[in-house]
Amino acid sequence: MGVMVILLGVSLTIALCFLGAFIWSVRTGQFEDDYSPAHQILFDDQPLKSTTEVKESLNTESENKSKQ
Amino acid sequence: MTIEIKCNFVLLKAMKTEEEYQNKTTPTIAQSVNESCYHCGEVCPDLSFQDEDRCFCCQGCLTVYHLLNDNHLGQYYELNQQAGINLRKEHRDNKFAYLDNEQVMQKIIKYQEGNAAHVVFHIPKIHCSSCIYLLEHLPKILKGAIRTDIQFLKREAKIIFDTSQVSLRELVEFLTSLGYEPHLSLQQLDEKQTSSDKTLIYKLGVAGFAFGNIMLLSLPEYFSAGINEDKVVGVYFKYITLILSLPVFFYSATEFFTSAYKGLKHKHLNIDFGVALAIILTFGRSLYEVFFLGQGGYFDSMSGIVFWMLVGRVLQQKSYQHISFKRSYTDYFPISATKIIDGKEVPTPLPDLVEGDVLLIHNQELIPADGYLLEGDGQIDYSFVTGESLPVNKNKNELLYAGGKQLGQALKIRLAKEVETSYLTSLWSEGSNKHVEEERESQSFVQILAKYFTWIVLGISFFAATYWMVVGVPDKAWRALTSVLIVACPCALLLTATFTDGYFIRILSKNGFFLRKATLIEFIGKINHIVFDKTGTLTSAADMQAIFVGDALSQEDVQMVLSLAKPSTHTFVKPVQKLYIEETISLFPVHQFKESPGLGIEGMINGVHLKAGVLGFFEEFKDFDIQVDGTALFVAKDGKLLGYYLLRQGLREGVSELFKDLQDEAYDLSLLTGDYNFEAAYLKKEIGTDVEMRFEQLPQDKLSYIKSMQSQEVLVAMVGDGLNDAGALSKSDLGICVVEEMENFSPAGDAILDAKKLSTLSSILQFAKKHKKVIHLAFAFSLVYNLIGIYFAVQGLLSPLIAAILMPFSTLTIVLITYISSGIYAKKFRLLR
Repeated sequence: MGVMVILLGVSLTIALCFLGAFIWSVRTGQFEDDYSPAHQILFDDQPLKSTTEVKESLNTESENKSKQ
Repeated sequence: MTIEIKCNFVLLKAMKTEEEYQNKTTPTIAQSVNESCYHCGEVCPDLSFQDEDRCFCCQGCLTVYHLLNDNHLGQYYELNQQAGINLRKEHRDNKFAYLDNEQVMQKIIKYQEGNAAHVVFHIPKIHCSSCIYLLEHLPKILKGAIRTDIQFLKREAKIIFDTSQVSLRELVEFLTSLGYEPHLSLQQLDEKQTSSDKTLIYKLGVAGFAFGNIMLLSLPEYFSAGINEDKVVGVYFKYITLILSLPVFFYSATEFFTSAYKGLKHKHLNIDFGVALAIILTFGRSLYEVFFLGQGGYFDSMSGIVFWMLVGRVLQQKSYQHISFKRSYTDYFPISATKIIDGKEVPTPLPDLVEGDVLLIHNQELIPADGYLLEGDGQIDYSFVTGESLPVNKNKNELLYAGGKQLGQALKIRLAKEVETSYLTSLWSEGSNKHVEEERESQSFVQILAKYFTWIVLGISFFAATYWMVVGVPDKAWRALTSVLIVACPCALLLTATFTDGYFIRILSKNGFFLRKATLIEFIGKINHIVFDKTGTLTSAADMQAIFVGDALSQEDVQMVLSLAKPSTHTFVKPVQKLYIEETISLFPVHQFKESPGLGIEGMINGVHLKAGVLGFFEEFKDFDIQVDGTALFVAKDGKLLGYYLLRQGLREGVSELFKDLQDEAYDLSLLTGDYNFEAAYLKKEIGTDVEMRFEQLPQDKLSYIKSMQSQEVLVAMVGDGLNDAGALSKSDLGICVVEEMENFSPAGDAILDAKKLSTLSSILQFAKKHKKVIHLAFAFSLVYNLIGIYFAVQGLLSPLIAAILMPFSTLTIVLITYISSGIYAKKFRLLR
């Protein structure tokens, strides 16, 4: 019967992962707009900068400016 | 709500054959003869704007085309053909000067991190994938723009930009030059917009997770009745279900606790009170069983209740995510106006305007507050206010009401009132009736029933408990008391209401009828008098009709009039063209064409000077005293008056049938209009003689008419569209706003009706009446389940197994009954195919 306890833990962990995934997807607004992502995939262009890259590019720009 | 997609989607790229591709990117000469603009698809008036063999309607479109081509964003035109937005409308240079104002800037910029500023713009013009493509590539064409994210359904663009490289004003001006003018309104100064509330979804997610797992863990207990189970594992299971139920009780269920608490504070037992009581009791008793009796408890039933109730709530909330009912005039008024101080033009935020200020109102600008005309020729378009699309002529020293739009040259006005105390804006706030709503809600069938239900259930449980006490089995008394409350909780009742409401709302919104609140459905059935506004509600600017008054025009004159009308975009032109639609008429070339906004058009045709427009457009006839029934478009050839076209708005399709249907249903009908009574005979013919008609009604008159009806204990529905109906709409028991487009203006009301669906209003009202029947039916079924449960409970025999079976079964039957019966009714009234 000890195996039941292990299985219980495993199943709960998996379920918790799914709950986490659900909350993450709601939080990042993945259910809010089902139109644009479906069409963005057809734009054949280089991907846009992600937010972290944006910050980096801003930093380098401001550094450049301070150098000047 | 489904969004109509106006663009033709070009097929997926991968599916395009090489040949098709060639055709699209290099149009053959045969295609270029086609005169429509490559950018926006409008007709090109002449061939003066061209690039290679592509023709454009105006400089604006050509500029955007060059900009996109130079930045290798030609895909814009490949995703959708002629996706662009017409740019013929010119904007004056300092229109957005107010965005340099520090105060205004701070309100609009959401938050700023160093130089990176975040703004969210509502851009109504976003309409297809090309728009998304262009806006998301903004950083490529505008230096300083860092990133854009588009929320298509909300028509929102979130833009991050570098304030050291581009100012907010420059950003807005650039977007406007592309055709994507952000909607900036007074409201943005008032409040911080809250992002959509997702907590209910989180609560549902947590409850669903816990419910599923607790059910799984309870299975052995259901089937082990009497069998000696493994003690150790059993203990684990019990405590894990207990732990899993904690977030349900302390997080997900708070929804019902707060609602019940609010009800108690207003001293009435609302339906959520019963639910909250049941949840708390189930949880308390389960804790007692786990810790003191070593049993499993009813955690499964409790989380099940919470889960199903939340599902119902989420469904209800989801029906109208994209329609905002909290509209007020601030949503439609601009942020600032141009004030004249010592001869200088100063952009000033609206709240800072005071009585006596002199304002400059440019072409296409809204008059923000009541004021007297000091200078200029007033051609005021009150379509925003009255639904009448033809401009009204105003002379010096006349009072201009707020809400009108000036067409033509700039005006100077002196404010007579402040923005908030202006005539129409004060009407808006007059009818706000919040406590009426609460009263209305507490009168609803379900709420009343819930009150009795709670008392009856409490009575039964105490009766059962006292019985067992008297008999001398105190243990059973305690069990009977709690289990009656657990099994007979008014969940079934509430679920019936939420699911029926939710499904009715879905069917109604599919038919273009959007209710602000689900509780209103039941209320619709009680309405016995319907008041209609005419202009813009029963009539539409798109169905404008013209008749010619004067000596009949010769064939050549007609030819000349139509030639002159061809390049114009004026609202007058279409009905005139429609008048001659059956004849085939060849057109002459027009020279020296000139359009004066709001006034008229003129040009040289075959060496003759032809002029058409409102009377104010003809200097030479200024002294003429011509009485016209309605709005007229005068035509003059070489200074000689030929006659005029009389314009009036035609009734929408199906209006006369609608009135007949409504009268058959024994509704009392009235029609209130601000127009003069010259159309009375026509209206009587179309909508019947039994309808009470009142002409020349001011907004205040409409409001008092509704009030007088209500004082006679009549429940009144008001169907209107403009700001002049706003007072009447909010005062009436059910205010229905008729709108041409969901994104457009509509005053605050209880429901929004798509103008195209006006003719189905009668079926909609009848369908809503059936709501009560469906609830009764579903409730009768749930009562049967409740009785079975109570039968076991009063004897103290309710096992977790019976509770666990009854709960989902009753829920399932109710959901099925609701869906099937409302589906049948919807089909009966042709609201569902």
